[in-house]
Amino acid sequence: MAIYLDKNSKVIVQGITGREGAFHTQRMLAYGTNIVGGVTPGKGGTTIESGQPVFNTVKDAVEATGATHSIIFVPPFAGADALWEAHAAGITLAVCITEGIPAHDMLRVVATTDGMRIIGGNCPGIISPGKSLVGIMPGHVFKEGNVGMISRSGTLTYEIVDGLTRAGLGQSTCVGIGGDPIIGTTFVDCLREFANDPETKAIVVAGEIGGSDEEDAAAFIKEHIADKPVVAFIGGRSAPKGKRLGHAGAIISGNTGTPESKVKAFADAGVPVADRPSEIPALLAERLKLVPA
Amino acid sequence: MKLMEYQGKDLFRRVGIPTPSGVYATTPGDVKTYLAAHPGSWVLKSQVMMGGRGKAGGIKFADDAQQGETLARELIGKVLKSIQNPDGEEVKSLLVEEKVDIASEAYVSIAIDRAAKKPVVLVTAQGGMDVEEVAEHDPGAIVKYWIDPAAGYSPYIGRQLAFDAKLPEGFRKAFPAILGALYTLFMDYGANLVEINPLVLTRDGRVIASDAKVELDDNGLYKHPDVAEWNKQSPADEDQAAAVAIGLGMSNYARFADEPGLPAKTVGTIANGAGLGMGTMDAVKNAGGGAANFLDIGGGAQAELVKNSYKLVTSDARVKAMFINIFGGITRGDQVAKGIVEALSGDDVRKVPLVVRLTGTNAKEGLAILADAGFVPVETMDEGAARAVALANGSK
Repeated sequence: MAIYLDKNSKVIVQGITGREGAFHTQRMLAYGTNIVGGVTPGKGGTTIESGQPVFNTVKDAVEATGATHSIIFVPPFAGADALWEAHAAGITLAVCITEGIPAHDMLRVVATTDGMRIIGGNCPGIISPGKSLVGIMPGHVFKEGNVGMISRSGTLTYEIVDGLTRAGLGQSTCVGIGGDPIIGTTFVDCLREFANDPETKAIVVAGEIGGSDEEDAAAFIKEHIADKPVVAFIGGRSAPKGKRLGHAGAIISGNTGTPESKVKAFADAGVPVADRPSEIPALLAERLKLVPA
Repeated sequence: MKLMEYQGKDLFRRVGIPTPSGVYATTPGDVKTYLAAHPGSWVLKSQVMMGGRGKAGGIKFADDAQQGETLARELIGKVLKSIQNPDGEEVKSLLVEEKVDIASEAYVSIAIDRAAKKPVVLVTAQGGMDVEEVAEHDPGAIVKYWIDPAAGYSPYIGRQLAFDAKLPEGFRKAFPAILGALYTLFMDYGANLVEINPLVLTRDGRVIASDAKVELDDNGLYKHPDVAEWNKQSPADEDQAAAVAIGLGMSNYARFADEPGLPAKTVGTIANGAGLGMGTMDAVKNAGGGAANFLDIGGGAQAELVKNSYKLVTSDARVKAMFINIFGGITRGDQVAKGIVEALSGDDVRKVPLVVRLTGTNAKEGLAILADAGFVPVETMDEGAARAVALANGSK
C-alpha cells in the first residue's frame, strides 16, 4: 500500500518546461514515477524530450491523461493560482514545491480546495520508495520497507532516512510536509493515514521548533496509535527565542513553539525524542522488536 | 517584517481605521514647528520596535512648542532600555499625537492560527495592558473568533464580538466597521499580526486606534512595493540585511548572542536546508560547544553563494572554527567545494580551522576539489560537530 502515492498514481508536472520543473521531471522519471504529462501555458501540443505531452492548462492535461496527482514548480506569486487550477481540474493530490507563497494566499487556498490534498508548500514532496517519487528528494537514499516518515524539512529527512536505510530499516512512505506556517497537510493528517496503512509498522516524526503541529501529533498518537512504535526528533532545540531560522514557520514566539513543550508532549504520549538524528534507527529497532510480526 | 507605530498607523488610515491627529517627526525642529501651528496638549511617542517604551521613559507630554522642542531633543538619540530589551534601542524619530481624553480602553487583534489555518480575532474590554497578562489573570475576559477566509468578514462578526466581550456601549456602533477594516488590512497586506492596544473610546464619543502593532509576512511584501521600501530604508535586523546582501533568503542567516552559563558561541555553521541547519547547530551543542550562527545556503547553491556565506560567517570575530555540513540533494557537492576553495583563496577572508561533512549528490567530486584546501573531512554530523568544537577550543 503506502500512503498518498503508489506505483500507478498518474502524475502531471505544473511548470514542466521551467528550469526546476524540467530537471526534476527527469529525476522522477528515472526513479520510475508515472509522469503522464505536464503543463506550461502556451506550449500545449508539444512534447518534452523524454516524450511526455505538454498541455496549456491543467484541465486539458487531466482530461487527456486521467491524472490524479500534480507536482507544482511555479514562482511564489503564482502558487495559489496553480493550486486553484489543479483543484478546479479535479486533481486529488497536489504537491507544492514552491517556497515563499504568501501565508494569506495559502489561508485562502486551504479554505477553498475541499477534496484536494495539498502537500506543502515549501516542501521536498513525497516518496513511496520503490514505487513512486513526487518531489525533489534524492531517490537513492531511500529504500522500500515499513517505516513511515514525516518531516517538516527536506535535508533533515535525507539525513534521518540515510541512517534508517543504512540500519536496514526501509520506508513505506516519506512525506515532507513543508516548513511554511500555513501548509496543506499536517503531521496529524499523515499519522491518520499511517495508522491505517498495513504496510507501515513504525513511524518517525521529524519536527522542528515553532507552531504546535508536533504537540497535535503527540496528542493524536496518544489517542489513536497503540500498535505502531513512534520515534520523534525536534530540530532547532538549541535556538534562542524570537529568531526565525530558514523556514518561515521555525520561530519560537512567546511560549508557543518551544522545544520543551514539544518534548513534553511526545513524552506524555510515550514517544521517545532522539537527541540526535543518528540515534533514531536504534530507538526504532529496539521498539520494533517488541511488535509481534 | 515588524512595523513601527507610525508605519502601522499609515496602513490603518489607508483602510479607514481612525487614528489620533498628529505628525511624524525626525528632528526637534519638526516638533516645534508643528506644535507652534497646532496649540493644545500633545504626546511625544518614541518610535522603536521594543516593547515597554512607556516604562522606559519613551513617552512624554508637551503643552507648547518650546516644551515640545526640549522634550524632543531629550528623546531623539536616547537609548531606551526595558526588561524585554536590556541592550536598548536608540530613538531615531517621534510620533507627535493629540492627547486624547480617554473614557475607556479596549483591545483587538487578528493573528494567524496555524493549527486552525484561519485568522483568529481576539477582543477584550481590558485594553491598555499586555493581553498576555489579561489571559493569565482573567482568561474569560478575552473573546476569540475564527474567521473563515472563504466567506470573509461580515459586520455581524464585529457586533457579536462587541457584545460577547462586553465592550462599553460607546464602542458598539464603530466597532464592526473598525474590525472589518482591520481584517482587510490583515488579508490584503498579508499581516502575521495586527493589534490595536488600546482601541480608545474618547470622552467626546470617538473610537480611535491609539497604538498600532503590525507585523507583515515577508513573503507577501512584493504585493506592496511601497511598504517593502520601508524595510530597505531601515532594516530591523543586521543579520537579515547581511543575508539578503549576499543573495540568501532574509531568514537564512542568524547569529546567536552568548548566553551566561552556556559554552561560548565559537563554532560557525553552514548547512543546506533549514532543517539540517538547525540539526547542525543542535549537534554542536550536543558536542559541548556553542554554534555562533545558523546559516542555510538553501537548495541548489552555486559556488559564489557558498564563498560569500563562508565570508559572512567568519566575519563574526567570535568564530574560532567552522563546520560545513552538506547533504546533497539538489545541492551539488562540487559546487559547495568550489565555493569553499574560492573563499579560502581570497586575501579578504579570515581563515579558521575547517571541518567538512559532504555526502549525497556529487560528494566524491567535491571532496576531490577540496583535497588540497586544508580541512578535516568527517563522515557524520555528530563526528563533524565534535571535531569542530575541539578545534574551536584550540586542539590540533
